[in-house]
Amino acid sequence: MSDEQSQVVTALLASDKKTFWQRLFHIQALQIVAIFLVICVLFSVMAPDAFLTVFNIRSIMMNTAIFAVLGVGATLVIITAGIDLSIGSVLVFSSVMSALVMGNMGASGWGTAMVGLVVAILSGIVWGWINGFLVAKAKVPAFIVTLGTMGAALGLAQVITGGIDLYEIPTELVDAVGFGDLVSQVPTLVVIAIVIVIIGSFVLHQTRFGLLTYAVGSNPEACRRVGIRVDRQLIWVYVISGLTAGIAGWLSLAFYQQTTIGANSMTGLTVVSGVVIGGTSLFGGVGTIFGTVIGLLIPVTLQAGFIIIGVQSYWQGVVIGIFLIGAVYLDSMRRSRGGRGSGRKPRRLSIGGVQLGNTTQEKEGVR
Amino acid sequence: MAILEARGIVRTYGQVVALDGADFDVEAGEITALIGDNGAGKSTLIRILSGTEQSEGGTVSFEGNEVTLANPREAASLGIETVYQDLALCPHLDPVQNLYLGREVKRRGFLGMLGMMDRKTMRGRSVDTFTDLGATVRALSEPVGMMSGGQKQSIAVSRASAWGSKVVFLDEPTAALGVVQTAHVLDLMRRLRDRGIGVVFISHSMPEVLKVSDTVQVLRRGRKVATYRAAESNIEELVGAMTGKFDEEGAA
Repeated sequence: MSDEQSQVVTALLASDKKTFWQRLFHIQALQIVAIFLVICVLFSVMAPDAFLTVFNIRSIMMNTAIFAVLGVGATLVIITAGIDLSIGSVLVFSSVMSALVMGNMGASGWGTAMVGLVVAILSGIVWGWINGFLVAKAKVPAFIVTLGTMGAALGLAQVITGGIDLYEIPTELVDAVGFGDLVSQVPTLVVIAIVIVIIGSFVLHQTRFGLLTYAVGSNPEACRRVGIRVDRQLIWVYVISGLTAGIAGWLSLAFYQQTTIGANSMTGLTVVSGVVIGGTSLFGGVGTIFGTVIGLLIPVTLQAGFIIIGVQSYWQGVVIGIFLIGAVYLDSMRRSRGGRGSGRKPRRLSIGGVQLGNTTQEKEGVR
Repeated sequence: MAILEARGIVRTYGQVVALDGADFDVEAGEITALIGDNGAGKSTLIRILSGTEQSEGGTVSFEGNEVTLANPREAASLGIETVYQDLALCPHLDPVQNLYLGREVKRRGFLGMLGMMDRKTMRGRSVDTFTDLGATVRALSEPVGMMSGGQKQSIAVSRASAWGSKVVFLDEPTAALGVVQTAHVLDLMRRLRDRGIGVVFISHSMPEVLKVSDTVQVLRRGRKVATYRAAESNIEELVGAMTGKFDEEGAA
């Protein structure tokens, strides 16, 4: 290697380290972590003996756990520039199927609970596959497909049960997973959610499957041209979303000791807003599961905090609405400024038809 | 003998005949310019020879054997790569991930079975590829969407050269570039040729074509109408062949 070349290499590696830290500061997930910490500090200062208690922190984590499991699949789907609105209904459907089977088995014992888990997962996967197939092969927009399956999955769950919730859940499952602690004050439910989040993050950030998920969201046509099977990747991603919804359905049975047929109409949208607030781009190609978890913790924390400091907890909805719009605004700003989009022209600034210049740097020749 | 030979390629889009029995030859170790007016069928021909589209008639031979190029994978397995006009990069991925897109190297052993990738190897080989070609890639972990047009072009050309051991097609590689980057891309093409690769490029810039290519093949209305040695040709002759001026003169 000549001197000049080795200099180039050194420069490459040096510039790389810098951008790693630069990138870290630009990750929306970190900005959202900062916001989350500010919220926590504010509540802690305003109500030190009520907010920073084991009980409060524990209940915030418990209330976020099931959303976080759903968030793993939802994040993958949104990274591919898709959306999955059906996860709340798939959760209900999976929990109904699982409760039916467990009820028929006598609703007791760990064996029954495990069969219930398998049934919930399989039910979720079937809905995920239907979503993926229709999106990838039939080319129906993901919004419509999952809006359709959102209605269909809930409708079938209601048909099967006649609209009446099922209560026959093994007590072992409820005691251990729903309310139990793995060790003192560390709820099993939360530990399970954390394990699933870690597995999801590993798949997304460390494996080829995860990389292709980003690639397909970033530029599907480029993927096709290098021979990546884009359809297959999309179907898998929706299957994973169904899978996590199935697991969430089983966890929901353990936590609520019943199916929650009427209580999940907003679940899908809540999770999608958490994903987006956590920095995952609706336009595809960008996102982290860690960000999603923070994005889901914020509404739960706000709700708990407002109650503690005596503000009407309905304000939570208002604040989250503003966060959601703000997050998407920042995302589209970033796209038009940084040119991270797939070949779209940058927005030009103009006032009264007078062009003020381009918002992206055009001085390529100088570099 | 040509490394890649296309004979009588036909392709229609509804009523529109894009290619009407086109012939085309690629010689190893030469830069072949493919020129023609808008709608002459240049891009269609390249898409067929790189497997992204199928011909409706005609034959393609590679190293003397007839081949079918049913998809980009099959073309790639023969060592044929293409730099598309829109570059076909993933803007959110970094240069290394784009270079290895669809060809990620897995780790050995158990971690590889879990789907983990050997980032160190991919990164090392990418640095080698970029430096070998003198590609000006500034940051290996920055998304390519944040980079300038020249850098993106360098990455796209590097990717084609990294995998295209026999033939590299470039569809208007300099159309969106400034003077400096154009010179750089032409230089990249010469380096590929010097390695014995058959380089084909589409361009509308006749001075560029004459400067860098060895042979020039002219398409008009879906057929090859002329082949010239660039050293013995000139702009008038090329433009004449593209617009059909010579046909009329010949007929007169």
